[in-house]
Amino acid sequence: MQTGLILAALRKHRLATLLIALEIALACAVLCNACFLIAHRMGLTRVDSGVDESALAVFKIDGFEAAQAGDLNARMLAGLRAVPGMQSASVVNTAPFGLPTGNAGINLDREGKRFGGVVGLYLDGPGSFEALGLRLVAGRAPQTGDFQPMVGFAPKDSQVVVSHTLAEHLWPGQDPLGKEFWSGDYHFRVIGVVAHMARPGAGEGGTGTIEWSVFVPTQPGPNLVGTYLLRAAPQDLPRVLRDAKAAIARAVPDVVIDHENSRTLGDLRERYFRSDRVMASLLVGVVAALLGVTALGIVGLASFWVQQRRRQIGIRRAIGATRGDILRYFQTENFLIVTFGIALGMLLAFALNAMLMRFYELPHLPLAYLPAGALALWGLGQVAVLGPALRAAAVPPVVATRSG
Amino acid sequence: MFGYYLDLALRSLKRNRMLTALMVVAIALGIGACMTTLTVLHVLSGDPLPGKSARLYYPQIDPQDMDGYQPQNEPPLQVSWTDGMNLLHAKRADNQALMTGGSVPIQPEQSSLEPFYDDARYTTAGFFAMFEVPFLYGRAWSEADDDGSARVAVLSRKLNDKLFGGADSTGRTVRMEDVAFRVVGVIDDWRPNPHFYDLFSARYGGEESVFVPLTTAADLKFGRNGSMDCWGKGSGDNMKTATCTWLQLWVQLDSPAKAAAYKDFLIHYSQEQKAIGNFQRPPNVRLRNLMEWLDYAKVVPSDVRLQVWLALGFLLVCLVNTVGLMLAKFLRRSAELGVRRALGASRRSVFAQLLVEAGTVGLVGGLGGLLLAVAGLWLVRRQPVNYAALAHLDLPMLATTFLLAVGATLLAGLLPAWRACQVTPALQLKSN
Repeated sequence: MQTGLILAALRKHRLATLLIALEIALACAVLCNACFLIAHRMGLTRVDSGVDESALAVFKIDGFEAAQAGDLNARMLAGLRAVPGMQSASVVNTAPFGLPTGNAGINLDREGKRFGGVVGLYLDGPGSFEALGLRLVAGRAPQTGDFQPMVGFAPKDSQVVVSHTLAEHLWPGQDPLGKEFWSGDYHFRVIGVVAHMARPGAGEGGTGTIEWSVFVPTQPGPNLVGTYLLRAAPQDLPRVLRDAKAAIARAVPDVVIDHENSRTLGDLRERYFRSDRVMASLLVGVVAALLGVTALGIVGLASFWVQQRRRQIGIRRAIGATRGDILRYFQTENFLIVTFGIALGMLLAFALNAMLMRFYELPHLPLAYLPAGALALWGLGQVAVLGPALRAAAVPPVVATRSG
Repeated sequence: MFGYYLDLALRSLKRNRMLTALMVVAIALGIGACMTTLTVLHVLSGDPLPGKSARLYYPQIDPQDMDGYQPQNEPPLQVSWTDGMNLLHAKRADNQALMTGGSVPIQPEQSSLEPFYDDARYTTAGFFAMFEVPFLYGRAWSEADDDGSARVAVLSRKLNDKLFGGADSTGRTVRMEDVAFRVVGVIDDWRPNPHFYDLFSARYGGEESVFVPLTTAADLKFGRNGSMDCWGKGSGDNMKTATCTWLQLWVQLDSPAKAAAYKDFLIHYSQEQKAIGNFQRPPNVRLRNLMEWLDYAKVVPSDVRLQVWLALGFLLVCLVNTVGLMLAKFLRRSAELGVRRALGASRRSVFAQLLVEAGTVGLVGGLGGLLLAVAGLWLVRRQPVNYAALAHLDLPMLATTFLLAVGATLLAGLLPAWRACQVTPALQLKSN
């Protein structure tokens, strides 16, 4: 009933109405996209590494000759396994969220004509597959005979385990067991598939390839030395890692412990996603500031309107409008303006999303963000207008009789 | 007249503190966010060698085999040992240097210091003169040292402080990987940002502690860092014969004509190599100068650009907000403006008066924005990113803050001021 009245009144304040609507529209566009970016970033940080992160740690050393590898690996493993609480220690090249040391471009044929992508290689020694706790969904785990010595950067001919995601990428809809791929002269044959296995670094090709990893059973030697995977009960792990550092400093004094990269997998994961979390919290800050500024703007303009219309409000009250009528008038007015702004804002949100997609690796803005953003702004508008509207409702009818 | 308007503006602003505060806060928030992100962008996209960068070039050639060949592809981003040494020894540029990064174990003579790893740069004699590296003591090594794989080293000031207590250490000995090196020079603090000459290690805040001849490092098989791209038979054991690109080559060319001539030389070199069977692909060369190279390598993190866009969007919302508030403020004073108009003030002078008021809001908002930006940058410096320490406000950005604040607020004031000038004096005097 009041709507017609309100629209007529708004037509007299076209400029101010347009400004609030424009502000709501801009806020809507930035809000939807910022929330989407936050969700996207946080989604990245929740990637399933597929391994028992809470029970694992990496131990890395430096400052040795590759020639002494065999002896060194044996001394290191003996030293590490002697630490009380240590469940297992094995030689690896890296771990999830660790240093990306083994990226390789692979081909699906021997001639190198069908490129498969750049994958992360885990060149890991005996015992590591069990220690990682990878969940096998097809085929078998590597057995003792599968661990081959390195020739150059990998074993020449390996029986490997791949992640489900990688198998689906390389051989969509087919049984990956027994399939082969090559990297230069190096040959790989799939014997098993695990549910999840994150690669060491996000690698090339962006975030969609985070699980493009291959477990290559490898015999420790001159090219596979210096990085060790430790496993202990989660509650013991920090102590075991600390003890291991002390024990190695005593037992193998001729090496330098790389403290920066000798951490629990939990720490490595935290470090790996730190910049994403920083960005997400920054976005949350922007969203909060944005909503605050928008609300303040609404409060400011609504207060101005209420003051400007004191006489009209008084007259309406004098001829029978209740306080509730006046309150609802300003609430409905705000609702109409915000609705207008949201309609414009949805178009802007898509335009902004299209622009971001051109520069950043981002999917389309899901439609669900629009009603959510609309609800948030409607709510914000109502909260912001409540104060001025209550003040308007409190205007006594007697104002109508005063001259000004 | 300006002084009078300013006085009017201050009176008006004082009369309605709430509305004024809202406007100032909105401007301050928008400007603060913008200046924080713009300062980070400004620092990160700065010129690491002002005055010299236009004369430094990064040559690229394509020595790969025909596997995966596609015309128009970008040639490798680094050079192989063979090509790097050929181009270095050709000496076709005004100065040139070949380099890569690494880390070496340093064994101090004092028993009080444990052996430690430090970042090193393996390069050739031209490096120091070409990049105008300041020397504290001594000088760079000579080309003869390069040719003879001499055991010589140049230390950073920090390492010299650590090992020799800051004394002139030229002629003394440093042991690295069990080999004695003679110190020939100590450089003063030198930290170009971005770490332009090798973007394959830390792009910002990178700093080497020790410099040794590339030939020496290769002979002693010092550990190298960075990226390496291989093809064909790949790396094998001998990096000098490997079909891998892993070294950065920089050349100094003092005029555009010389740059053009050098590019021709690169094409000619590629053709020559193809003729003798070393190269397989048709000549494919690039010769970008320093800033072009930084731009191509997208050295500024994409997150930083995203933050700038976000902040600009936020500033826009703040400005629209300010336009609305200013409109309310100016229209509320219609009666007062009507009196001024009736007393003979022209539309133009009323307009000017209102803009002075808007500008005052902008100035105060800018001041608030500056404080917020200083706080914002302090927060940025506490972030775990490698460029964190660089985020400081400099003089140009300080000036930009106020220009942006006042400019943006004046722009925001245009519409409300124009609208307020439209009042009919008679009508305003009659009502009330």
